[in-house]
Amino acid sequence: MKVPQELKYTNEHEWIKVEGNRAILGITDYAQHNLGDIVFVEIPELDAQVSSGDEVAVIESVKTVSSVYTPVSGTIVEINEALEENPELLNQEPYEQFIGIIEMDDPSSLDNLMTAEEYEQFCQEQG
Amino acid sequence: MSRLIFEKSRPASNKMNIPPAEVGQVDMTETIGEYLRQGELPLPDVNEVETVRHFTALSKRAYGVDDGLYPLGSCTMKYNPKIDEWAARLPGLAGLHPYQPLETVQGALQIMYETSQWLCEITGMDEFSLQPAAGAHGELTGVMMIKAYHTQRGDTGRTTMLVPDSAHGTNPATAHVVGYKVEEVKSDARGLVDLEDLKSKLGPHVAGLMLTNPNTLGLFEEDILEMSQLVHDSGGLLYYDGANLNAIVGVARPGDMGFDVVHVNLHKTFGTPHGGGGPGSGPVGVKKHLAPYLPVPRVEKNADQYVFNYDYPQSIGKVKEFYGNFGVVVKAYTYMRALGGAGLKEASQHAVLNANYVKTNLQGTYHIPFDRLCKHEFIVTAKEQMDSSKVSTLDIAKSLLDYGYHPPTIYFPLIVREAMMIEPPESESRERLDDFIAAMQDIADQAVKNPDLVKNAPHYTVVRRLDEVKAARNPVVRWEEAIDV
Repeated sequence: MKVPQELKYTNEHEWIKVEGNRAILGITDYAQHNLGDIVFVEIPELDAQVSSGDEVAVIESVKTVSSVYTPVSGTIVEINEALEENPELLNQEPYEQFIGIIEMDDPSSLDNLMTAEEYEQFCQEQG
Repeated sequence: MSRLIFEKSRPASNKMNIPPAEVGQVDMTETIGEYLRQGELPLPDVNEVETVRHFTALSKRAYGVDDGLYPLGSCTMKYNPKIDEWAARLPGLAGLHPYQPLETVQGALQIMYETSQWLCEITGMDEFSLQPAAGAHGELTGVMMIKAYHTQRGDTGRTTMLVPDSAHGTNPATAHVVGYKVEEVKSDARGLVDLEDLKSKLGPHVAGLMLTNPNTLGLFEEDILEMSQLVHDSGGLLYYDGANLNAIVGVARPGDMGFDVVHVNLHKTFGTPHGGGGPGSGPVGVKKHLAPYLPVPRVEKNADQYVFNYDYPQSIGKVKEFYGNFGVVVKAYTYMRALGGAGLKEASQHAVLNANYVKTNLQGTYHIPFDRLCKHEFIVTAKEQMDSSKVSTLDIAKSLLDYGYHPPTIYFPLIVREAMMIEPPESESRERLDDFIAAMQDIADQAVKNPDLVKNAPHYTVVRRLDEVKAARNPVVRWEEAIDV
């Protein structure tokens, strides 16, 4: 299972890459592995105002349906439309494919996120 | 694989001699105009004999409760007694027209009236409507009434519906369709609603809580009285999803637990067929304070006459043409009359006994995440098989097909990994349950000795394992030549 060092992680198995005031949001390798073959992605709404903890996307696999939550508040400024046609991209390259990019209102909420080491530990506890 | 009926089509297989019209012809272009179809309808042209053979062949490949155990969790796939079919086919019932004068259909109205009364008694509610055509339709009707209740009180700030993380998918879907924001309430280590999480989510913005009891783990929500107190104290209402009612008929009542609205599935709890033999029926019941919002018409009794009463100005209106799926109501009525009060209670007790019997016998073979007394269903997982030989829940489900069984519900509830949700209803004999247990044990045994056998199952079915990923990503559900028509 891959856990890139430079990213931050949530306990809902999302990753966040911070670029200035922008938070790039995706799902982890652990998440895609446990979901199984992803067959449909409901991508976020462009320009939507979101609050920390809001559901911003829905991922459907052959096994289950799962929500993607944003850990930060702000505005969705970019979405990954390729996922609508090719949901399997999330299985193939979870860290290259983002779900949405959020222009953050308050970057301090990033402080609650896990580091790569903490996230790896968290996944091990989940079994 | 067999050919589609479209592929069996041969032009001019059907030769019909239609007699000349006895009435004048009407020019359809005047009434329908540009919408009048110009080309031929792409229907298959197959003669009568081959059509009968086609559908007979398909019917032999279907699997239903008349073939064997169908342990699909939360679906209550019990036997559908044949006497119910007999009753629904009685000419005096099957031949009715919904526009007949009321004095000629008093018996039909009596059946509807009494069925409603009995459902009230069984669930502890005050009034029932038989209109909704299925469980999710009952949910929709119920949640619309919750919304009407808040709105007509001027309490318009309630925009959120709470739904536990173990809920059936129809609960959040229903709340969403009615216009609510859905918020999830977490389960705790017991597999029950986490009271602290519930408390933290309640407030003046919450319209209600949708709950299944026993829940989808087959566990009774022990804190239900405290939960209903909490929800009511914050001004919300409590919705009872009747999917698992089969566990508690004659033993406990949603109305006594504090629920304001319930729906029941006649095609689960009351023995009427699911799907192909259906249709379904999802009557919805309410306490007095919600009765003004029930769909109209309501069947009422004035002296010795049964009547339809449309005079409820606050009603949410009609949710189905005419009066619901009447034939299904007749079957459920017959089921209740055949079993009687004591029989209905005994059926629930046997459903619970069967579930506990199977669960106990699968101990040591499969991981049981909530290993205590269950109600009508329970969860086992493929955790041990995954850890030892990468045999998954899906592999085990597919393997069951080789043993002649319909698999249980899999990968649900979502809060348990590799879940199999098993519901062996009361209509199953001990011998049948023993055979199913033996199949499950045999599969677990093979998962260790010969995991590839299980991973490649099924081996003896008409088709082998289908490509579910491809089917989900690129569903082709129309005959290709018909696509552009």
